[in-house]
Parts: sequence; C-alpha cells; structure tokens
Amino acid sequence: MNSDAHPLARIAPEPGVSKPDPILVLDSVLRAFGGLRAVDVNHLEIQRGTITSLIGPNGAGKTTLFNVLTGFDRPEAGKWELNGGPLVGIPSFRVARKGMVRTFQLTKSLARLTVLENVLVAAKDQVGETFFGALFGRWRHIEEANEERAMRELKRFGLEHMVDEYAGSLSGGQRKLLEMARALMVEPEVVMLDEPMAGVNPALTQSLLSHIMALRDDGKTVVFIEHDMDVVQEISDWVVVMSQGAVIAEGPPAHIASNPEVIDAYLGRDHGEVP
Amino acid sequence: MDLVKILIDAGRTAVGVPAAAYALSSIGLNLQFGYTGLLNFGHVASMLVGAYGMAITVDSGGPLWLGVIVGIVAALILGLILGVPTLRLRADYLAIVTIAAGEILRLTVRSSWAAPLTKGIFGIQQFADPFFDVNPIPVGLYGIGRFRFDERTMWVLLLGWGLVALATLFMWKLTRSPWGRAIRAIRDDEDAALSLGKNVFGYKLQSLMVGGAIGALAGMFLAIDQQNVNPDAYIPLLTFYAFTIVILGGPGTLFGPIIGSIIFWFLFEFLDGFMTAAVLEGWFGDVLDSTDIGPIRFALFGIGLMWLMIYRPQGLFGRREEMLIGEQ
Amino acid sequence: MQTTRRILIAAILAILAVVLTPLAAFAEDESIKGRLEKIDGEEREPVGGVTITVELDGEEIGTAESNDNGEWEIPVPGAGTYLVRLEVDTLPDGVALTDPEKFELPDVSVRNNQNKTTRFNLGPGLTSGVSTYERVGSLFVIGLKFGAIIALSSIGLSLIFGVTGLVNFAHGDLVTLGAVIAFWFNAAGGGPRWHILLAAVPAVLLVAGFGGLQERNLWRPLRNRGTGLVAMIVVSIGLSFVIRYAILVVFSGLPRPFRDYAIQDDIQILGITTVPKNLAIIGFTAVVLALIGLFLTRTKLGTAMRAVADNSDLAESSGIDVQRVILVTWIVGAGLAGLGGVMFGISEQVQWDMGFKLLLLIFSAVILGGLGTAYGAMLGGFIVGVAVELSTLVIPVEFKTAVALAILIAMLLVRPQGLLGVRERIG
Ligand SMILES: Nc1ncnc2c1ncn2[C@@H]1O[C@H](COP(=O)(O)OP(=O)(O)O)[C@@H](O)[C@H]1O
Ligand SMILES: [Mg+2]
Repeated sequence: MNSDAHPLARIAPEPGVSKPDPILVLDSVLRAFGGLRAVDVNHLEIQRGTITSLIGPNGAGKTTLFNVLTGFDRPEAGKWELNGGPLVGIPSFRVARKGMVRTFQLTKSLARLTVLENVLVAAKDQVGETFFGALFGRWRHIEEANEERAMRELKRFGLEHMVDEYAGSLSGGQRKLLEMARALMVEPEVVMLDEPMAGVNPALTQSLLSHIMALRDDGKTVVFIEHDMDVVQEISDWVVVMSQGAVIAEGPPAHIASNPEVIDAYLGRDHGEVP
Repeated sequence: MDLVKILIDAGRTAVGVPAAAYALSSIGLNLQFGYTGLLNFGHVASMLVGAYGMAITVDSGGPLWLGVIVGIVAALILGLILGVPTLRLRADYLAIVTIAAGEILRLTVRSSWAAPLTKGIFGIQQFADPFFDVNPIPVGLYGIGRFRFDERTMWVLLLGWGLVALATLFMWKLTRSPWGRAIRAIRDDEDAALSLGKNVFGYKLQSLMVGGAIGALAGMFLAIDQQNVNPDAYIPLLTFYAFTIVILGGPGTLFGPIIGSIIFWFLFEFLDGFMTAAVLEGWFGDVLDSTDIGPIRFALFGIGLMWLMIYRPQGLFGRREEMLIGEQ
Repeated sequence: MQTTRRILIAAILAILAVVLTPLAAFAEDESIKGRLEKIDGEEREPVGGVTITVELDGEEIGTAESNDNGEWEIPVPGAGTYLVRLEVDTLPDGVALTDPEKFELPDVSVRNNQNKTTRFNLGPGLTSGVSTYERVGSLFVIGLKFGAIIALSSIGLSLIFGVTGLVNFAHGDLVTLGAVIAFWFNAAGGGPRWHILLAAVPAVLLVAGFGGLQERNLWRPLRNRGTGLVAMIVVSIGLSFVIRYAILVVFSGLPRPFRDYAIQDDIQILGITTVPKNLAIIGFTAVVLALIGLFLTRTKLGTAMRAVADNSDLAESSGIDVQRVILVTWIVGAGLAGLGGVMFGISEQVQWDMGFKLLLLIFSAVILGGLGTAYGAMLGGFIVGVAVELSTLVIPVEFKTAVALAILIAMLLVRPQGLLGVRERIG
C-alpha cells in the first residue's frame, strides 16, 4: 500500500489528535456505571473513508462506546457529531437513518425471519413499511428492487444458498455474516462492527476482511472492534486503543504495535483482575 | 351420560357466537402478541371500551353506526394511553399496566360515579334493535337435529363470521407487507430492529392500537348478541381466553386465531357438559357439586395455558423447530 | 442435606394433602348478605368498612365488614331465624341510619341453601364534629397498615424478579394461599382451631415450602430449557388461574373472617381513633421488615442474594451457588407473601381472590420502589398504602385502586427504574 499518499500518513500518533476530514467527532464523552467510568473519552476523531480499529482489553469500554455513539445508551456527559451534525440525545433508530449503523458483539439475528427477510427488513424508504402504505401504497416494485440488492449483499457474504432458511437455524458465524449484510442494506456512511470476526469460521475470515476493505473502497467509513492484532495490522488505516474507558493511544497500526503503553494495557489484562 | 349430546352441544358452541367473538378478539391479540411480541394482558379492556362506547352512544340517543365508530375510536385512544408510558420499557411493564388498567376500567364503569352514563352494576340493555330489525333471514330453524340455530342466531353468526373474515383479510394485507415484516423483526429482536433504523416504539404503538380496535369490534359483537353490556362480564379471564386461543392456533399465523377459537370452545364446552353430567350421575360423590364445575373448569384452563406455553408455544400444529429458534 | 430436603418436601406435601382434604368440607351453603348504600336524594354511594354481626339466640355466629362496594356476606350454619346487627359506631362520618332505632333486625329467617338478602337504610347523618386532623390521622394509620401488608407481600415478587428476571403474576395467589391455610388452622370446622397467631406459623411455612417446590419443579426446569421471558410470564398467569380457582373450589366464594381479632373496640391514640389490630400489624411488620434488612445485609445468604440480583453472571463467577440462592429467594419470598396474606386476613377477611386483587397494589409498590430491590418494595408498599387510603378524602372510595395505577403510570413516565432502582443494563 502506498502509505505516503495516505491522508493519515502525516498525523501525529497521539490520543485526541485532529484529522484532516473527520466524519465522527467526540468530545468529553462520559458513561459511568455507579463508580465505574466505563467510557471516559476526551476527544476523538474518526477519519472519513478509512478503516479504524478500536482495540483494548476486555472491559475497556469499547462496546459501551459503540452503544453511546449509536444511541443505545445515554452517557452522563459529552457530545459527538456525525458529519458536523450533533447526535446527542438522538434515538438509536434515527442514528441509523442518519447513516451510522452498528452490529452487535452478541449477534442479534431475527430468528423467525428468513435470511432474505432479515436483509430486506433493513432497506430504507419502503412505503410499505408505514401502516397506511402497507394497506394502500404501491410497494411491490420497491420490494423487487430491494430484493435484487439484498441478493447481491447475500451473495457477497456467501449466504445466497440459504435465503429461505430461518435465520435462527444458521450457525454463529453465518449469523455474523448475515448481520453485516443486513447492516449494509441500510446504505450507511459509517459502519460500526463490534467484533465481527469472533466465532466466524477461520476459513471465512480472509474473505470477510476483504469485504471490509471493499467497504472502504466504496467510500464508507468503518470502525471496528477486534482482538486479533494480526487482523488489525493487516487492514486498519488507524488504530485507537482504549483502556479503562479512556483512549490511551492512537496511531497507524505499525506504531501502535510497538507502543509500550499499549503493551502494558494488554499485559495488565493478562495478569490482572478480570478473568 | 349422553356423550353424543354433549359432543353436539360442544360442536355448536365451536361454530357459534362465542367462537366467532373470540376468533375476532384473538385476531387483535395475535397482531399484538403473535406478530409484534407485545404482552397485552388487558385485551379485555378494548373489548370493554368497544362495547361500552357503542352502548352508551346508542343509549344517549345516537344511531348504532355512530356507536360502532365511537367504540373503535375509544379503543384506539385506550391503546395510545396505555402504550405511551410502557412501550419504551421491557415487555413485562406493558403486561403489568394493561392488566391493571383493565381492572380499573371495569371498576370505573361499575362505579356509581360513572353510573349516569354506564348505568353502574345494572349495565345497558337493548341497544342493538336496529341490527335485529333488518334481519333478512326468514323465521325458522336452520341445521340438522340438535345442531340447529334460529334465525336470530343465524343473523348474529353471519355478522360474527363476516367480521372474522374481513379482519382476516385485513390482517393478510397487513402482515404480508413490509410493515408486517417490520413488526415481526421487532418481535424477534428489538435492538436489531432499532439498529436498522426502525421506529420500534411507533410500530408497537400502531400494533397495540390496531389490535385493540379489533378487540373492540369483538366486544361490540358480543354486546350486540346479548343486547347487554355489564361491567362484571369484563373480567381479566377474557384476555387469557384470547391468549390461549392465539397460542393454540399458533401465534403469528394468519388463521391461527380462527382454528384456535374453534378448538378452544369445543374443548371448553365439552369439559363443561361432561363434568356436569358426571356430577349429576354422582361420579364425584359429595366431594364436588355442580357449583364447583365452573371453578374447576377455570383451573383446568390454567393448566392448559401453562402446558401449551411450555410444550407447544408454536401452537398445536406449528412446527416445533420454529419455536425452538425463538428461544435461542 | 439432600435427604433433609427430601424429607422436608415430603412433609410439606403431606401437610398440604391433610389441609386440602378437609377444606373441601367447609363449603357452607346458607348465608346472610346485603349491600350498604348511602342514599342522599338522587345520589347513591356504597358504604364500606361497616361491621355487621349475626347472632343466634344471643350467641355471635359471625361478623363481616362491608367492602368497597358496600357488600357484605356472613355464612350461617343452617336454616333458622337470626339477629342481624349493624355496628353503628363503625359507620363512616356523614353516614347514619335513616331510622336510628333500626340498627338491629331481630327476625331474619333463612331457608335451606338460601343466601338471604337484608337491608339497612342509610342516609347522610348530621355533619359530625370530626376534625380534619382526626380524619387524616385515622386514614393515615389505616394506610400504614395497608402499606405494611403490601410491603410484606411485595418483597418476594421484587426479589424473585431480581434474581431470575421473572415477574410472577401468580404471586398474589400466594398471599391468598397463606390466608386460606391459616383459616383452616384457625377457624375451619375440621381444623384444630388454633389461635390465629399460632395458625400463622404453619401457613407461612407451607406457603414458603410451596414457593420452593414451584422453583424446583417448574421455574428451574423452564430456565434450564432456555424458556424466554414472555413465555415464563404467560406460564405464571396460567399458574395463577390454577391456584386461584383451586382455592375457590375448596374454600368457596364466601369471604370469612378469622376467629380472633375480627371485631375490636376503637381506641384513641394522640386523638386518632383506630382499632388495636391496625397498630399491631404495623408494629409487627416493622419488626419483620427490619429482620429482613438484617438478613440481606448481615448474613452470607442475604448478601449473596443481593449479589445475584445485581449481576447473576458475576455472582456465579465469584463462586456463589446461584441456583441455591434462587431457591432460597423463592422460599423466603413466598413465605413473606403468605405472612402478608395472614395479616390481610386479620385486617379484613379471607377471600378466594384477595391476593389477586392485591396484585395491582403490589405491582405499583414494586415499580414505585424499583423492581428487583427489597427496600424498594418496602418503601413502595408503604407509600402506595398511605396514598391509596388518603385519596379517599378527595375521590370516591371506589377509585382507591385507580390511585395505585396512576402512581404506577406516573412512575413509569418519569423514572421507570423506580425510586431505589438503577438504570437498566443495555446490550
Ligand atoms: N449496563 C451496564 N451496567 C453496569 N456495568 C456495565 C454495563 N455495561 C458495561 N458495563 C461495564 O463497563 C465496562 C466496559 O464494558 P464493555 O464496554 O462491554 O467493554 P468491552 O466491550 O471493551 O469489552 C465493563 O467493566 C462492564 O462490566
Ligand atoms: Mg465488547
């Protein structure tokens, strides 16, 4: 990869650094559970059109940060903006409509919908989804167009042979893939993936990684939580490290791998409290 | 014991007024519980406001058709009032608030405070004459042997099963649409639906209100048949008849409520006839007498509901795998 | 351990069998009943809380208090001529007999299998000189007593929710069960006719045992199968029908008082008129609640219970036997509900659906205080009890329970986690 041409190439690798074209900007976001500061981020910017990995030991607050940013949880304080528009207090479903879609660490498949329905339900702008539209609207032609697109997404993730199965009968890895296909159906600008590789058949991870890179090439911004440092090294443009709720380091993958604080945070986990 | 007679009577109930009324009522509950996953434990409240909305309108001099509209609107409003505080919270809060609201409504229409309008414990009678005046069915008995209905019952049944057919058609249109897919998605996983941009609260509210309106129609239908509304008829038990019917027939299926209602009323009547005959023939000696049959039937009904929910939550005919999926 | 538990269960089953068989014998057929209404011009208003007594040949047969609808019913041993007396001093303010002489009906004849209806004519009395302080004061005491009963009955529901996530719709019927079992030991024809305070002991123990059996044989297997929350709630409502209507079969539909403390003379304390049993119930409950507080904070089991309620996975990983804690919670919670039932029976009467009617108030209390917390249930219970009673100062008595619903809905709108609850976990 031609790293000199990369927009982030000249950015200083320090926590809270500004970026040339941020799509997501966070300021003083605090989420505490009782005395525990699960998320306490001073300033963070996510560069548009890049793959940013969010790493950190278990319990670092990564999922909680996702929850807060996507409106699934309310923080005690802080503000954050998507494309310059404030997102504070916006309910989760509106965040998704604004173009920021997340997946879940523990997959949430719609078990009693078929695989195809799982993806179709994610489509936007279907008049048949309103009550009166369902009764009197002309939604079938929209549905046909959506079906075509849904089949494309399913093919991309290798699920096209199971379109009529109930999602609940899929394996854990397949559900992860389905969840990603579904998220893409929303046509998001920002895709937030919470440990998408966990539980996926190792044979599939390579193709999954190329899907994620293809998303960036489509111009989407990807934020994803991952534990495997090899994976992180391979595909990220930028890495953000969290520990005990705070961002303790950020920078290009190569820089992060040698950062003593990061190594410390991970070692702290291995010898530390949480099993 | 005349088993044939008991079976015929049970069969008559299974296609009769109660079966039609509860098929209709359960279609409403099926939308809420079967398709959307809402635990509405106060479905009887929509039956009550439907019936009372109609009866009060007619009693104050309004025409019957206006009464029907008032009943439906009242049920929509009730759904709104109960839904707004609860539908953002977990499933059990809706259950708690609705079961409570159902009882409070019953006590309210029963009270002497509301009596100028509701006639308190005496209820309102004879408001459906316009409906019976236009009965086109000639006087006579229709059917064979014991299995017969008179022209009045036939007219009521025409209305009841007609409404059931219409409601089923409506549900067919609704649940086969993207709207229907969205509410099923919400039933399966709310957070997933939210993450895909679905306004979960809005869908739940719509489902609660529309299901309530169908319940109100069922309440009105029963009231028309009896030409009577009385507060003490609207006990929580009615809600759970509908639950049992929905689960029997298969929650989230189009014809489930109809099949469920027919089976339910057949079994319920059969049990009643059988036990009455058994008590009369002294099978239980002094231990039970005829006044115990009602309570025993309800206790057995409770056992039936538990059994269904534990062993056949997908309905008597549903595919087992489908429900296992839901449990995860 | 295993064998003692088996023996315990066997013993409980045996006692239940012993209790339930003769219960069938106390279905009684004749009764005298009526409905008290204050008639003031066009207006009719039911009069609750009035004591009626039935005597035969100068001996008291039974007594009853009219309920919120003004209805009362007293079972009598058989056909015959009875004297029915309205206890004038139990009439609320502003209500009096239209004919003050007619407080006794000396010749009420009852035929076989008859539920004889009798009538007392009530109208507005002379506005009496009771001060606001006295009215509020005595309602406050009644509210505290009612609150104590709600609190006792609520703790189990809240704790069971805390440790298992189940809202048990059959919890109210455990309250009834406690009262009915106590009734058998105290007043049933075939029973030992123990004093109610003694009869309360087996009642509480049996209901506690029943709770444990339920957990072991129903709820635990369901959890192990991975049954969802919605399904479990529906199962609990099914169970509530089974318990309630089984009680109706054996106990019959008539409300009946315990033999002790049914009627008491008023006493005056700080200028407030009340009956001693109200104060006794409040005091006794306060002691029980304090003991529960100690149990939850000072004993290993209690702290484990709170830990499981807080975060069951974490508790499990720190070596707590979660299944055992859940079992104990069921036993304790059910026992307390049974105790609540005995108190409720002493305070009013024993009736087949008394617990189900109380369930709405229990829900309000628990949601007000915070689902899953024991202290929340206690606090919520007292607040709901007092609020419901004081509300009768300004709104018709019939709407007492509606006040509880209003509290419930208001709380869900402003603070769904309740006064003492914490915000829900997400994800
Ligand atoms: N709803 C909650 N209530 C209490 N504590 C929570 C809640 N959610 C997360 N936590 C705590 O916050 C911390 C961060 O959790 P999480 O964001 O899941 O970490 P990660 O995803 O980085 O592994 C952990 O200590 C976790 O126990
Ligand atoms: Mg996580």
